Order: sequence, then C-alpha cells, then structure tokens
Amino acid sequence: MATREDRSKAPLVAADGTPLKEALRRSQAIERRRAFALVAPLLFFLLIVFIVPIIAMMWRSIYNPEIREYLPQTASALSAWDGEGIPPEPVFQAMAADMIVGVENRTIGRAAARINREIPGARSTMMRTSRQVDEWSAPYREKFLEEDEDWANLEFWTILQRESRLITPTYYLLAMDYEYNAQGEIAPRPEVYQIYRDLFFRTAWMSLLITGICVMLAYPISYMLATQPARISNLLLILVLLPFWTSLLVRTSAWIVLLQQQGVINELLVGLGAIDSDGRLRMIYNRTGTIVAMTHILLPFMVLPLYSVMKTIPPSYLRAAKSLGAHPFRAWWRVYFPLTIPGLAAGCILVFILAIGYYITPALVGGDSGIFISNLIADNMQGSSAQLKLAAALATILLVAVLFIYWLFNRLVGVEKLKFG
Amino acid sequence: MAVPTYATTAERVWHYAFRIICGLIFFFLIAPIVVIIPLSFNAEPYFTFTREMLSFNPEGYSLRWYENLLGSQEWMQSIANSFFIAISSTIIATALGTVAALGLNRPNMPARALITAILISPMIVPLIITAAALFSFFARVGLSNTYFGIILSHVVLGTPFVVLTVTASLAGFNQTLIRASQSLGANQARTFFKVILPLLLPGVISGALFAFVTSLDEVVIVNFMAGPTQTPMTVRMFSGLREEISPTILALASLLVALSILLLATLEMIRRRNERMRGMSPG
Repeated sequence: MATREDRSKAPLVAADGTPLKEALRRSQAIERRRAFALVAPLLFFLLIVFIVPIIAMMWRSIYNPEIREYLPQTASALSAWDGEGIPPEPVFQAMAADMIVGVENRTIGRAAARINREIPGARSTMMRTSRQVDEWSAPYREKFLEEDEDWANLEFWTILQRESRLITPTYYLLAMDYEYNAQGEIAPRPEVYQIYRDLFFRTAWMSLLITGICVMLAYPISYMLATQPARISNLLLILVLLPFWTSLLVRTSAWIVLLQQQGVINELLVGLGAIDSDGRLRMIYNRTGTIVAMTHILLPFMVLPLYSVMKTIPPSYLRAAKSLGAHPFRAWWRVYFPLTIPGLAAGCILVFILAIGYYITPALVGGDSGIFISNLIADNMQGSSAQLKLAAALATILLVAVLFIYWLFNRLVGVEKLKFG
Repeated sequence: MAVPTYATTAERVWHYAFRIICGLIFFFLIAPIVVIIPLSFNAEPYFTFTREMLSFNPEGYSLRWYENLLGSQEWMQSIANSFFIAISSTIIATALGTVAALGLNRPNMPARALITAILISPMIVPLIITAAALFSFFARVGLSNTYFGIILSHVVLGTPFVVLTVTASLAGFNQTLIRASQSLGANQARTFFKVILPLLLPGVISGALFAFVTSLDEVVIVNFMAGPTQTPMTVRMFSGLREEISPTILALASLLVALSILLLATLEMIRRRNERMRGMSPG
C-alpha cells in the first residue's frame, strides 16, 4: 500500500490511468474540435461564396494578363529591351512568331484590341502586318519597318513593354485620376476625366455630414426615449423601429413623393402661399435629396445604440451634479455626455460605414450632384473588361477604407456592442 | 418627466422647447412612411393630395393602383420571386447561423476573434462591393441568372444577423439552468431541446426575421444577378422609380409598410415572451 508521501509524488491520474494533465488536454482538444465543427459549415460557406470572390476581385484589379497571354514571346523579348531606340531584331522576330501563332489561334485580334486601348490606331497596323508576316523570313526588323512606320514608333514599344507586365497599377492610377503619359511617366489625367478623386472626397464628406445630422437628431430623441416612463418610451420607440423595419425602397419612394416639384411639400408651400407656383423648390435629384433621404434611412442606426447606452445611465447622476451647484448645461456636458460616448461612437461609425457604401438612395434621388462612389462602381460594372477592372480597383479602395474604419471601431468600441432590435 | 415646481423660468422654457424639438424629429421619422398610405388610394395619378382627397370626397379615393398591382401578372410574379428567394435564403441562413453561433459561444472555441470577424464581415463590407465581387465570380462558375446564385448571395447577407442575435441571446443565458436540468436527470439532447432551445428561440426567430427582411429588401445584388425570369419586386420597383414612377409603386409600398408593422408586432411579442420566460417583468 502506498504511503501518503508516495501518492503525492506520483502524477495525478484520471480514472482510466492516463495522467490528469494529458486527459485534460485531450478532452479540451475534443471540445475545441466540437466547437469548430459547429462553426465550420458557415465558415467554409463564407470563405467560398464571399471571401474568395472578394479576393478574386482585388486580384482582378491589378491582374493584366492579355499581352503576356497573346504575345508571350514578344513580352519576354521586350523585357531585355532598354527602351532606347527601336528594339533589336530578336524583338521583331518574337513579334513575327507571336503573330503567326495568333493568326492560327485567332487571338491576334484580341491582342490588337488590347493594344488599341493604349494606342488608338495600333489595331489596324497590327492586323495588316499579321496578315503578311507568314510570308516573311529573317531578318524581320527591316520588313516590319518597311511595312508600316508605326513599327518605328518608340511609344508603341514602350507601352507594349509596360503592358506586358502581369501586374499593373494602371487601374489604381485611373481610380485616382492619374495615367501613364506618352513618356511612360505617371501624370494627372486631363481635367475633364478627373472625377474619381473628387467623388471619393464627396462620398466621405457627405457621409460625415449625414452622420453629423444623425447625431444632432438622434441625441435628443434618444434622451427622451431613455428618460420617459416605460409605457411612453415603448410607444415612442415604435416611431423609431417602424422606419427601421420598413423597406429602403419604400422610404426612398416616400421621399420622392414628398420632395418632387409636384410633390407634397411643394404643393403645401404653394397652397400656403409661401412660394410661387413657378418658384417651386428643387429638393430632389440633387445633393439635398440624398442628404435628406439618407439621414432618414440611417437615423434609427444612430438612435438604437445611443438609446441602449442612455438607458443605463441613472438620472440621479444629473440631479447630483445640479444639486452640487452645476449649471444644467455644465452638468450635462461634464457628467451625462461623457457617459454616452460609447453609444455615440457605435452609432457614428455604424452610420458612417453604411453611408459611405450607399448605392440605392443616391441612385434614385441624387441626380448628378448627389451620387456616391458606389454609383460609379455600379456604372463601371456593366461595361467592358477594362471598366470591370476599374470598378474592381475603385471597390478595393472603398473596401480598404471601410475595413480601416471598422478596425478603428473594433479597437475603440468592440463589435459585440452592436445590437439589433 | 414633469417640470418640478422649483424649476426656473428658463428651465420651463427649455423643457417645453425640448419636447417640441423631439416631437418634430419623431414627425420627421414617421411622416414620410405614413404619408404614402393615403396617397396610394389617390384616384388621380399624382403624388400629392388632390382637392377631393383633402375634402374627404369619396371620389378622390380609389383602389385602382391596388387593382393595377394585384392584377398585373408581372408584379405578382416578381412578388412571388421575392418571397421564394427570401424564404429559401432565410431557412439556409438561419440553420447555418444558429449552429455557428452555438459553436462560437462554446468556451473552447479556437481563434474566436478572427472567426467572428469573418462571420460578421458581410455586414461590414458595402453592398456594392459584395455585388461587384459576386457578380463576376458567379458569372465564372455559371451561377449568374439563377435562383440558386441569388439565394446563395442572400444567405451571405443574412447570416451575420442570425449569428449576432443568437449570440446575444446566448450571452444572457443562465448557465445554471443547464446544470439544474441535468441534475434533475435530463440527458444532453433532452436538455438542449427542452431547456436551451426554447430560451434560444427568440434570438433565432429575430435573426431569421432580419435575414428575411434583408433578402426581401435587397436590390443591389439582385439588380446585377437576376435574369428576366428571376426579377424580384425590389428590382422592378427600383427601375420603376428610376424611369416613370407610377402610383402602383405606392400601393406596393403601402403593403410593404403593413408587412413591416406585422414584423414589428411579432418581434415585440417575442421580446415580451422572452422576458417572461427569463423571469423579468415585462417592460
């Protein structure tokens, strides 16, 4: 029989004889696996149907395979070219070989179209030469140059060399209103095409403005909701929750009905004699329309987190401050307001993130001056492959901005504070 | 919150001014939604109140826009499409989301923060970006212009709500109830179905309602993804509002407001039942 001392030295064991540490580790591993097994279906679903498509979109915004794919030999021959003077014979030889393959596979037209996007007119030169190239023999350089003077154009080769890179910043430059100029340098685009940077700033500025208006409107009513007796505040809460649960399109159409030139508000003002029938206010299909409708749509997202924080603040704090001699405003500013900051931060970031990515409401009531960057992403999505890549670049920039704000939110407040309903 | 008798004049003025300000803000919130309901009964194709309507002349009112809506093959088909898509995606999203939330809230869950972030991410990523990503992805795998593709994308949008609401109801869950049930002799399955699930159900239902509304109300993705046969009502409504806006849309909008009142009432009922079950006084 073991003495007491022996037992204290021997490792503790579970019922089946395994050391306790080992048994615990094993059972925890099983628990971990069980927990993960529950999460796994959704996690894999989202990875495949959400995360992978987003990464693919980001990849598409920098991926530039056409020249590499359609003119592979030229692309590799050009990588050795120093950019000084007309390229040497091997480049022309590679071009001739690529053209013969391209004519056979009927891909030469696609290559020509791709180059034509960079140099208008290059398409016809490419196509014309490609029809004759199979009759030529080395050396090719002179024959190309005789055939068309475009082949002596340095710009053509510079662009071809640049575009044979598999990864290109072209679409990000476009999204920032820059482009490559004839010398291959990065330069601002002509002013008429400069729309994206402005629109990014406008989207951010209008989202901030809408967030600000939401704060000013949400603060008083959240305070009222939090301080009224339950019977009244439940009733008032319905006035916030009903819009919250009402379809976005319904609310946008309501604002169209109200703000139109022949709409309720203008008719009312004319009826009251406040304005002339000719002087009807333009409140929609412009920036005003977007701001009013989006403030209405996003206001509940500000009220709900504010209200849930304010409900936890005992009213006696304010009374205490006042009884100690603080002016009501000072009491509010020094005692009440700091306590509401978590709710305020949650609401602000929620509203701002939602606003910055808005598409539907600006598209319907924004006109030209009230659209957001999302609207241009949507426009570009319906276009050619180059526009798709531009859309992907714009979307990636927006995504990075939103993720940054979200990360900031997470550091400051924490996602788990978000509550719905 | 009556004005105390010792309040100064300034305090009294502020008290009433504050109430008026709040009243105006509540009016701003609710008036646009209320105003479309009478306008949907307008006998004329206008978006404002006619003289007849204001004088409550019965001739000023009619059901013609409702007849237009309910008698239109196209509208009814797209409403049916919307409900089919919403119900299918809600069922999948609720199942996936509830199971995931149960796993996420287990004490031994590995990499909880990272996985939570991934599960919630469809809610943070702007819809237009999700649409752009799914649009070309689904085109490549042959899912564009299919119900299946639309349903999958709506499942993506709906699951974060289910995960969040179920997590919230698990957070308020009294763990001693499980021990109590087990000490009274119930096995794991019985404990789950008789104790855990009934208490969890409100969270599951409100998550499902959120997923349902999200899908029913979604325009951006379906606008790119839906072919002519799958057109849901939102896309029809969106193009209607863009091109020539007809009061038929107001009739549909009024019906949707009625639906949201119904949803709100359901949620309120769930909330009260939930508070009773947890032994709190109904607030």
